[in-house]
Amino acid sequence: MSNMGDYKKTYDDFTWDKAKEILGYRDGDPINIGYYCTDRICEQGMGDKLALIWEGFTGEVEKYTFDELRVHSNTYADFLRSIGVKKGDRVCLFMDKIPDLYFSFLGILKLGAIAQPLFSAFGEEALFTRMEDAGTSVVLTTKKHFRKVRRIKDTLPALKHIVVVDNDTLNLQEIEMSFILKKATKIEKFDSYEADLETPSVLHYTSGTTGKPKGALHVHGSLLCQHISAKWALDLKADDIFWCTADPGWVTGTSYGIIGPWSLGITQVVYDGGFGSAKWYRILQDYGISVWYTAPTAIRLLMKDGTELVKKFDFKNLRYMCSVGEPLNPEAVVWGREAFGMPFYDTYWQTETGAIVITNFPNMEVRPGSMGKAFPGITAVVLDMKTHEVIEQPKKVGLIALKRGWPSMMREYWNNPKVYNSKFIGEWYITGDRSSIDEDGYFWFVGRDDDVINTGGHLVGPFEIESALIEHEAVAEAAAVGKPDPVNMEVVKAFVALKPGFEPSDDLELSIMNFIRKRLSPLAMPQEIEFMEKLPKTRSGKIMRRLLKAKEWGEEIGDTSTLEDD
Amino acid sequence: MDELEKAILEYVIEEYIEEEDEDEIDMESPLISSGIVDSFSMVSLKTFLERKYKISIPDDKATPEKFDTVKNIAVVVRELTA
Repeated sequence: MSNMGDYKKTYDDFTWDKAKEILGYRDGDPINIGYYCTDRICEQGMGDKLALIWEGFTGEVEKYTFDELRVHSNTYADFLRSIGVKKGDRVCLFMDKIPDLYFSFLGILKLGAIAQPLFSAFGEEALFTRMEDAGTSVVLTTKKHFRKVRRIKDTLPALKHIVVVDNDTLNLQEIEMSFILKKATKIEKFDSYEADLETPSVLHYTSGTTGKPKGALHVHGSLLCQHISAKWALDLKADDIFWCTADPGWVTGTSYGIIGPWSLGITQVVYDGGFGSAKWYRILQDYGISVWYTAPTAIRLLMKDGTELVKKFDFKNLRYMCSVGEPLNPEAVVWGREAFGMPFYDTYWQTETGAIVITNFPNMEVRPGSMGKAFPGITAVVLDMKTHEVIEQPKKVGLIALKRGWPSMMREYWNNPKVYNSKFIGEWYITGDRSSIDEDGYFWFVGRDDDVINTGGHLVGPFEIESALIEHEAVAEAAAVGKPDPVNMEVVKAFVALKPGFEPSDDLELSIMNFIRKRLSPLAMPQEIEFMEKLPKTRSGKIMRRLLKAKEWGEEIGDTSTLEDD
Repeated sequence: MDELEKAILEYVIEEYIEEEDEDEIDMESPLISSGIVDSFSMVSLKTFLERKYKISIPDDKATPEKFDTVKNIAVVVRELTA
């Protein structure tokens, strides 16, 4: 029996007051995510229950109870307060998936500051753009990554402290310090900041077609959505062992790798050892994972290694598997049945939505390739591309739109009200994704409505890549587009025109690839570079990125009448 | 360490390792599982190997396991150049 029961009844009867009731929240009470994920679980008598089972890449294992999670997050909150962090300050987390990441995330929230997690593979430029925009005052990092911050610290006037959390033997310079949790005095009691539903909590950066990455700001009230969706969409139950494979540098890794499950008192496994089919199967087997939340890219990589490998392991506890990040292809859903005896349940949401908004539910028929149905409390429709009227006709493609006002909806793009406002048409939040809805209310994903590249489940902005490309000494002009890829859905392909004196070569291609990887991130690195004499442009001189993209996807090029003379 | 392993190690250090950490890596250090090289970065490493040694590395040999150490990578390259 699933937690949610009958979908239609739950959806029809749902109100956000019911969500508050399920969470145990009363209007006017404080609602601090840090408290709800730790102290409250302990108050409910689960202090000795395991909260985190962590395995590192060398095979070392660490286990923490909810009481230890409470004390360690207290200790981080106290430390941050001691160095001057206040309510609303942005504290960046820039580290791999080590236990300190989880403790400090909750500690930041307990203090009332804003957690700003950044993917640890980001290069200096990607890091700078996001920290500068956020006015980050403190960054918590590790020996492996802190030099990237050191190299840009002088360009970040708001940055007051760089804190290394795993090593206190480094030769540290101005504003750099170390904090080692194991050596710190444990803080048994910390009064969490009395946040209300609208108090800012987490700032996640995401990419758009144009301009810089945007910081989607969430609030403590988002917990209502994360709590009930972890319960209903992920179907988490008290005895579950849950593994969310996402990195907390991205929103899945915080909403469902931290907040939702721990607010339910669920034991989570975190594996910081990278991808590998056999390694991942061993994690599923050895830790008795019962609910698994992963990504289509990983599933497709597992598929490549075949069902034979799967059959060598015993997943006796596994009962429910979900996927997020990009549309899950029907073959992957079917393969789940063949390999594990159950399908993967696709879930759909975005950084901006903060929690699952359209999904397949455990007791609902899975239609392979479909995104599922709207989550209770979410009014989801498709709008006509031109008129923006709601499309009533089944199977007609339009823009996925959500009626504004659900608790985990972003409250702003940091410092960017203009772009924030552009995401809404009247009462509708426009997701930027296109789909149709069938006669039974199932959504069927079609594609993005813009040039943002979805690679391995992560959105990468072409503008950011193009801006970095033209900083390479050989590049005169550049365009970046998504190219179809069987594993990652899309990968970045760059079109490049070189400056006089440079000739296309294998070495130059590799040099440009590595340049982008180091400046931005491995995700943004073009996996292919095509050298061109000049790039196609409009008469006003704008590079026609869409034309290049259409070519990669084998689509009609359309009206080229505004092309520059060729 | 033979010439092949040395060349791969030098490339990995040059492209993936902070200068101050160079001494901490050798031909048996985990690259993929430690996060030094992730699955996306593997593409540039694979491209480097293919160009330098004039080989084509099939998908079943460019796996996280087979690329996890310089020593393992050298085994793949040796097989394909033999």
